[in-house]
Amino acid sequence: MNNTYYGKLIFELSTPGRVGYSLPRNQFPEHSLSELPENLRRSQKTILPETDELTVVRHYTNMSNNNFGVDTGFYPLGSCTMKYNPKINEEAASMPAFTALHPLQPAETVQGALEVYYNVQTILSEIAGLSEFTLNPFAGAHGELTGLMVIRSYHAARGDLKRTKIIVPDSAHGTNPASAAVCGLQIVQVKSTPDGTVDVEDLKPLLGDDIAGMMMTNPNTLGIFEKKIPAIAELVHGCGGLMYYDGANLNPMLGVCRPGDMGFDVMHINLHKTFSTPHGGGGPGSGPVGVRKGLEAYLPNPQVERRSDGTFALRDGAEALGSVSAFLGNYGIVLRAYVYLLTLGKENIPMAGKLSVLNANYIKESLKEYYKLPIEGVCKHEFVFDGLKDEYAGEHDDPMHVTTLDVAKRLLDYGFHAPTIYFPLLFHEAMMIEPTETESKETLDEFIDVMKRIALEAGKDKALLKNAPHHTPVRRLDDVRAVKDANFTYKDLCHAEC
Amino acid sequence: MSYKYHPHTPDEVSRMLDLIGVSSLDELYSEIPEELKLHRELNIPSAMSEVEVRQELQRLSDCNRPLVCFAGAGAYDHYTPSVIPYIASRSEFLTSYTPYQAEISQGTLQYIFEYQTLMADLTGMDISNASMYDGATATAEAMMMCVAAAKKRRKVLVASTFAPNVLRVVETYAKFHGVELVKLAVKEGVTDRSDLESRLAAGDVAGVIVAQPNYYGVVEDFTGFADLCHANKALFVMNTRASALPVLKSPGEWGADIACGDAQSLGLPLNYGGPYIGYLCTTKALVRKMPGRLVGATVDADGKRCFVLTMQAREQHIRREKATSNICTAQGVMCLYVAAYLSLMGPKGMQEVCGLSYGGAHYLHDRLLATGQFEEVCPAPFFDEFALRYKGDADALLRACAQQGYLAGVKAEGTTDVLLFAVTEKRSREEIETLTEIIKEFGN
Amino acid sequence: MAKVIEGLYYSESHEYVRVDGEFGYVGITDFAQDQLGNVVYVDMPEVDDEVSAGEEFGAVESVKAASDLISPVSGTVVEINEALEDQPELINQDAFENWIMKVKLSDKAELESLMGAAEYENACK
Repeated sequence: MNNTYYGKLIFELSTPGRVGYSLPRNQFPEHSLSELPENLRRSQKTILPETDELTVVRHYTNMSNNNFGVDTGFYPLGSCTMKYNPKINEEAASMPAFTALHPLQPAETVQGALEVYYNVQTILSEIAGLSEFTLNPFAGAHGELTGLMVIRSYHAARGDLKRTKIIVPDSAHGTNPASAAVCGLQIVQVKSTPDGTVDVEDLKPLLGDDIAGMMMTNPNTLGIFEKKIPAIAELVHGCGGLMYYDGANLNPMLGVCRPGDMGFDVMHINLHKTFSTPHGGGGPGSGPVGVRKGLEAYLPNPQVERRSDGTFALRDGAEALGSVSAFLGNYGIVLRAYVYLLTLGKENIPMAGKLSVLNANYIKESLKEYYKLPIEGVCKHEFVFDGLKDEYAGEHDDPMHVTTLDVAKRLLDYGFHAPTIYFPLLFHEAMMIEPTETESKETLDEFIDVMKRIALEAGKDKALLKNAPHHTPVRRLDDVRAVKDANFTYKDLCHAEC
Repeated sequence: MSYKYHPHTPDEVSRMLDLIGVSSLDELYSEIPEELKLHRELNIPSAMSEVEVRQELQRLSDCNRPLVCFAGAGAYDHYTPSVIPYIASRSEFLTSYTPYQAEISQGTLQYIFEYQTLMADLTGMDISNASMYDGATATAEAMMMCVAAAKKRRKVLVASTFAPNVLRVVETYAKFHGVELVKLAVKEGVTDRSDLESRLAAGDVAGVIVAQPNYYGVVEDFTGFADLCHANKALFVMNTRASALPVLKSPGEWGADIACGDAQSLGLPLNYGGPYIGYLCTTKALVRKMPGRLVGATVDADGKRCFVLTMQAREQHIRREKATSNICTAQGVMCLYVAAYLSLMGPKGMQEVCGLSYGGAHYLHDRLLATGQFEEVCPAPFFDEFALRYKGDADALLRACAQQGYLAGVKAEGTTDVLLFAVTEKRSREEIETLTEIIKEFGN
Repeated sequence: MAKVIEGLYYSESHEYVRVDGEFGYVGITDFAQDQLGNVVYVDMPEVDDEVSAGEEFGAVESVKAASDLISPVSGTVVEINEALEDQPELINQDAFENWIMKVKLSDKAELESLMGAAEYENACK
């Protein structure tokens, strides 16, 4: 990334009369658009720009220089598992024998594509310790929604219609309660103990015949393994509910401890976290959902099955919860994850998890003299600091008080992405650090040095941090103005300037 | 233990373990009860070298047969200019995440702002969000937006002429979200206006969702629909095919409150069904009911114009169960596809794409009818997709065509003999003639 | 230190009521606006809406937070503070001056269960 800002919009590069495409000549003189009835045709002009090809290529190339990705530098964004995205995955996903397939082609012409889908379902089932997966959900949140639909379908099929509540820990990511609300469930919050894990005593009185299930992630959002998970699962199962595993933090568990063996019934996996598919500036991702034996029938349609003759086919089940995608989900992402699974194999998948834990603990132990560590002990793939140790005791109302936001912004100056900040909500100055296994010791050491240097800067020159970043393409943004001005399109901007 | 994605040497691992104060990697898991641990190797394939991975991919590729595509039904074989995958594969874009740190994410934020501008403009609406997963889930989100905006009404009317696979997703969301979804009657292949009128009169409808063009390719006339909806305090939602927007009357021109659908038709490869991109556009009045990310313009500390995620108080990470939706995704790279596609094609290119698709589709329609093996299903005007009833065995015909490398449309769901054909600018007159010949021969 | 005014009624969720005859002016307290930061939007009810004590009647939004408004009283909304539509920041300038809705109170006895100024000031500590 460079620090010269390229701030033009494509609309500002338009010159009437330029073209950036070449299309076949018109071979159909018999018919033209003018045949369409006038009242069905558009009369508004469009804002589409007129540009040549090189202008477009330079525009987006320059724009990309304003951006920071895993390939640019260290990206310790907690809860997001920003591991290296292998290039062979991309090569696979761009093969015409996959990209040119129409989703409604006859099954006999897409056997390779279906085999990939089936094999990924099978491998994920083994990794998760569950019976069957659907790869149709498009993202983690979509997987949560789908998984909750499975849970509701299970209860409904048994005629148990009272179960309209779902238990969610107070440390949970916001998508958990949001997905539950979309799924028509009411949220019951369970408290955390001071060590950051689910308070089993607080859980007990919440259980009853109106509980559909409980959503958890393990390790939880603080990177702490929930040791009491067998007891929690037993309690929830005992009241008739099902256990949902949010797979956001699956990475450290790979090959060591499986959600199915912990007592979970339904889960989703984020292929873009655990299985290395690119995050793409926010998507496309993929959120496969797996279930234990006995719940397979509720997975969404269509499912991919292997027939007795070894061929693959699509199947619709009568008991399925319905459909959550028009076709088979984000197929291109599934293909990338398949390549990753083949590349690592059974030998390296467990190592990915262990090294992610090693890296996280190494950073935590190296920095805990400088940053407030609210929960001591071995973490898993990530951990949370509660801001700078020296500032923690300081006067928080002082405008020059150095906050987690300031540390995050200063990190950008040193060429690192910031951790996840102000989440989880249990700590006021939370910074959640997840290094992943693909980072070398040298990178971690550089990051540790910089974090220490920032802690020292906070003691000496608060203004330096309060005004950071200084060396990025743009400086701190006015986000109040963004809401108030409400300029969401180039047209809005033009009106605002007039 | 050396591995290409894991940079740790054994010496480094032991030094790191020393610093942490444990003696082995396994000791990092000592708090986990032993009975929860796997204690065996995963039963999955062994690691493959890159050479072996490529061989495996080649083997799988050989089991696929891309066909000359005359099918649509929600996925369209439009041309992708070579520039687009080239730009979209730039790893500064591809390996970044949601642009939380705006100072080092202006690239992502800028192209999303362009995408929002383009989609808002094409749909004729005020604003677009930063995209949804696909057209089906975007339509489901639009339905939930209707009930959220209406506060106390839980009923939504939906056209029966919707693509069944989209409708199934909307129905699934409705079932769990507690929305009563009612299908509108069809009259001569289009949505029955008088049925709409009488259902709206009950005064309990939150929204009305229609499709344009519909599943059978028909371009429906929605004159008066928006006024009827608004008179009854219901929102009017149009699911439109993105590639047709430059030519067909836009949702904004029809008076819609929400426009949604799939933008795969704007240059995204077929990709066996995904990743695609859903769009959702609406009026400024409804911005706070809108799901998904939204990018806005602002200035930085030096007064430079720049872009940032905004209106976040609607979203799950702040509002939790009160959020407008659970969605966190913006289909980033797919927004970039759409923005780059529309930038390259420009107004003239899009007119040509639409013109060629229209011309080819109508020519194929003529040729197929001339074989005497088909009859018309809907007399209404169509754009680049149409339905014909086949007088013989439709399944056998599709198989025969596939054997000769042609995807002769898809069989319309719920019928035994209606085929849906779509034509894009990629299809030549020669391919249309060949398809017609294959069909004629099969008929004999 | 956040301002608290004598003579108003306060709720645990940081709304206040200023009673004027049959009517109550409802807004958020100075403490609440301070906690929220820059208010960028106020989601207000509509005139003629019925509100009930303890139930949500709207929301206040800052850049990074949103908070539901819980009505401290029951009744019918007779007026909303339209100035807040364009200038939500008025709440930051003076939360007590810039009420959100005016309610025709249906049960004045409800006021008894709300806090007085001293009690509320203690509750904020």
